[in-house]
Amino acid sequence: MTLLLTFLVAAIGQAVPLLFGATGEILTEKSGNLNLGIPGIMYMGGISGLMGAFLYENNVQDPSTFVGVMIALVASLLASCLGGLLYSFLTVTLRSNQNVVGLALTTFGVGFGNFFGGSLSKLAGGVGQISVAHTAEGFGAFLPSFLRNIPVIGKVLFSYGFLTYLSIVIAVIITWFLTKTRKGLNLIAVGEDPAVADAAGIDVVKNKYYSTLVGAMIAGLGGLYFVMEYLHGTWSNNGFGDRGWLAIALVILALWNPTNAIWGSLVFGALYVLYIYIPGLTRASSELVKMLPYVVTIVVLVLTSKRNKPENQPPSALGRAYFREER
Amino acid sequence: MSTNTKKISHKTLHLTKRDSIATWKAWVIRLIAVLLALIICAFVIVGITGENPLNVYSGIIDGAVGSKRRIWVTVRETVVLLLIGVGLMPAFKMRFWNLGAEGQILMGGAAAAALMIYAGNLPPVLLIILILIASACAGIIWGFLPAFFKAHFNTNESLFTLMLNYVAMQIITFLIVFWENPSGSNSVGIINSANKGGWFPKIFGSDYTLNIIIVVVVTVVMTVYMKYTKHGYEIAVVGESHNTANYAGINVKKVVVRTMLISAGICGIAGAVIVSGASHTISTSTAGGRGFTAIIVAWMANLNPLGMLLVSAFLVFMQQGAIQIASQYGLNENASDIITGIIIFFLIGCEFFIKYKVRVKKSEEDAA
Repeated sequence: MTLLLTFLVAAIGQAVPLLFGATGEILTEKSGNLNLGIPGIMYMGGISGLMGAFLYENNVQDPSTFVGVMIALVASLLASCLGGLLYSFLTVTLRSNQNVVGLALTTFGVGFGNFFGGSLSKLAGGVGQISVAHTAEGFGAFLPSFLRNIPVIGKVLFSYGFLTYLSIVIAVIITWFLTKTRKGLNLIAVGEDPAVADAAGIDVVKNKYYSTLVGAMIAGLGGLYFVMEYLHGTWSNNGFGDRGWLAIALVILALWNPTNAIWGSLVFGALYVLYIYIPGLTRASSELVKMLPYVVTIVVLVLTSKRNKPENQPPSALGRAYFREER
Repeated sequence: MSTNTKKISHKTLHLTKRDSIATWKAWVIRLIAVLLALIICAFVIVGITGENPLNVYSGIIDGAVGSKRRIWVTVRETVVLLLIGVGLMPAFKMRFWNLGAEGQILMGGAAAAALMIYAGNLPPVLLIILILIASACAGIIWGFLPAFFKAHFNTNESLFTLMLNYVAMQIITFLIVFWENPSGSNSVGIINSANKGGWFPKIFGSDYTLNIIIVVVVTVVMTVYMKYTKHGYEIAVVGESHNTANYAGINVKKVVVRTMLISAGICGIAGAVIVSGASHTISTSTAGGRGFTAIIVAWMANLNPLGMLLVSAFLVFMQQGAIQIASQYGLNENASDIITGIIIFFLIGCEFFIKYKVRVKKSEEDAA
C-alpha cells in the first residue's frame, strides 16, 4: 500500500512537466505551428527562473520567499516567451521551415540551459552548488497541514506545490478555450485551413503568434516546475533529459486535447518511473521498460492515422507555412 | 471631400517574391547574415567572459584548424555531417520529414559495434565490408517502419521518426548493459583497442582517409541518382504533389518506401563511419545531435551537396572552435551550442531575404 502510494506520488511528480509541455504544444499546434523547439524552451524556462531567483537571493540580505517566487515566475515566462517569439518570427514572418527552426531552437535552448546552469555558480564567484532554498520553499507544498495530514489522500492529493495544481487548471482552461470560445474556434480554423480562415476574416498571423507565444510560456512553466519543485531549486546538467520530447509525444497520445493530456501525463509519468517499482527487474530489462512511453506513442500515432476520425487527427495544416500569395 | 483634407503618409513593407537571384547576391546576403551573427555572438561572449572578442575568435580559429590533429578532427566531423545530410537529401526532396537520422545513426552504429565485438577476428577487409552492409541494414530497418505507415496509413512521419530516436537510444542503453567494459562502468569503452579489429585502417598516413572515401563515393552516387535517374525524377515529382505523381502513373507508395529506405540506409552507414572510423565505441551520445544538425545543413543548402559541404564545414568549424574557447576560458562546452545556435538562426532567417524582395513603400492616403 505504501509502495503504491510512493509510486503514485512519484508518477505525478514526473507527470507535471509533461503536462505543461503538452498543453503548451497543443495550443501551439492548433495554429498549425509544429514547434519542435518546445524541449529547448522548457530548458530555457527552467534555467531562467532559477537564475532570476539565484541573483535575487544572492544580492539581498534577507530574501523573501514571495518575491523570489515572483521573480522566478516572471523570468521563466519571459525567457520562454522570447523562445516562442524567436520561433514565430522565423517561421511566420520570415517564412522559414518549421522543423528546421524548431530543432535549432531546441539545440540552442538545451545548450542555453546547460551553459548557464553549469556556469552559474562559477560566474557568481564560485559559491559551489546553486541553491535557492527560500524561493524553492515557495514552490513546495502550500496547502494547510490538516489537509496534508489526512491519511492516504492527503499525500496523494494535497502534498504538492502550486505549480502542480496550476498545470491541471491550465490544461482545463485551454481545453475550454479551444472548444467553447469563438477565439479558440478561430484558432482551430487557422490550424485546419489557414486559407479559408483568412478568407473568413481571421487574422492568421496574429493567431499563430499568440498561440505560439502563450504555448511556449505554458511549456516553460514545466521547466520551472522541474528545477523548483522537483529538484528543490537546484540544477543538474541535462537533468531534465528527454522530457521535452516526451511532452511532444504526449500531444499525440492526448489526441490534441489538453484534458486528455492530464491522464495521459499520468500514464507517461507512471511508465517513466515504473522500472523502479517492478520487483526483480534486471538493469537490462529496466532499460526496455523505459522505452514504453515512446512505443505507446507510436502505436497511438499509427492507430489514430488508421482510424481516420477527423477530431482525433493532427491539425491538417500542421507543419505547413501559410503564405497568402501562394494560395 | 472636404477642403482641409490632411495627407497622411504611410510606410508599408512591400514583399515580392524574387523570380531568381544572382548566385553572388545570395551569397552576399548569407555572408552578411554570418557577419551579423558573429557580431551578436561577440556581444554574448563579452557579456559572459569580459574578454576581447577578437581574441576569442582567434581562439576559435586556433581550435578548429590550429594543429594538424585539429584539422583532421574538423575534416572528420565535416564529412560525417555531410554524409548524414546527403542521406536526408532524397527524403527531404520528397517532402518526407525524416527527423529520425539520430536513431538511424545509432542503430547503424550499434550494428557496427556488435560486429566489432563479436567478429573482431575476421580478416579486416571482409569485416569492414560486413560492418558497412550491416549498419546500412540496421538503418534501413529503422527507416522502414515510418515509411511503411506513411505510405499506407498516411501516419505523420516527422512525429514517428522523432519517437524512434528515443526508442533507439533506449536500445543502446540496453546493449551497453551487455557490452560494458570494464563491467560496472556503464560504458562500452574503446572496442578492440589491442588488435584494432573493425577499425578503419590507416590509408596514406591518415586514420580518416577511408571516412572521406566513403563519404565522397556516397555523395557522388546520390547526386547522380537524384539528378540523372528515373528514380530521382520520381522523387522530385512525389515531392511536388502526390496527386500529380499518381496521375503520371508513379506508384507513390513504392517511391515513398524505397526513398526512405535509401535515406535511412545512408544514415546507418554514417553510424558505422562514426563508430568504426572515429570513436571506436558506442554510447547514447554517438549520434550526438548530428542527426538534427544535418537536417539544418540539408535544408540551408537547399539540398545541394556542394552547399551542404560548405554549411557543414562552417558549422563544424564553429563547433570545434567553440569547444576550444570553452576550455580556454573555463566555460563549459555548451557554449558552442549557444554560438552555433545564434549563427543558425541568422542563416535560417536570411533565406527569407534571398527568396523575397523587401521594399519600404510610401503610400499617401487621405485622412478623414
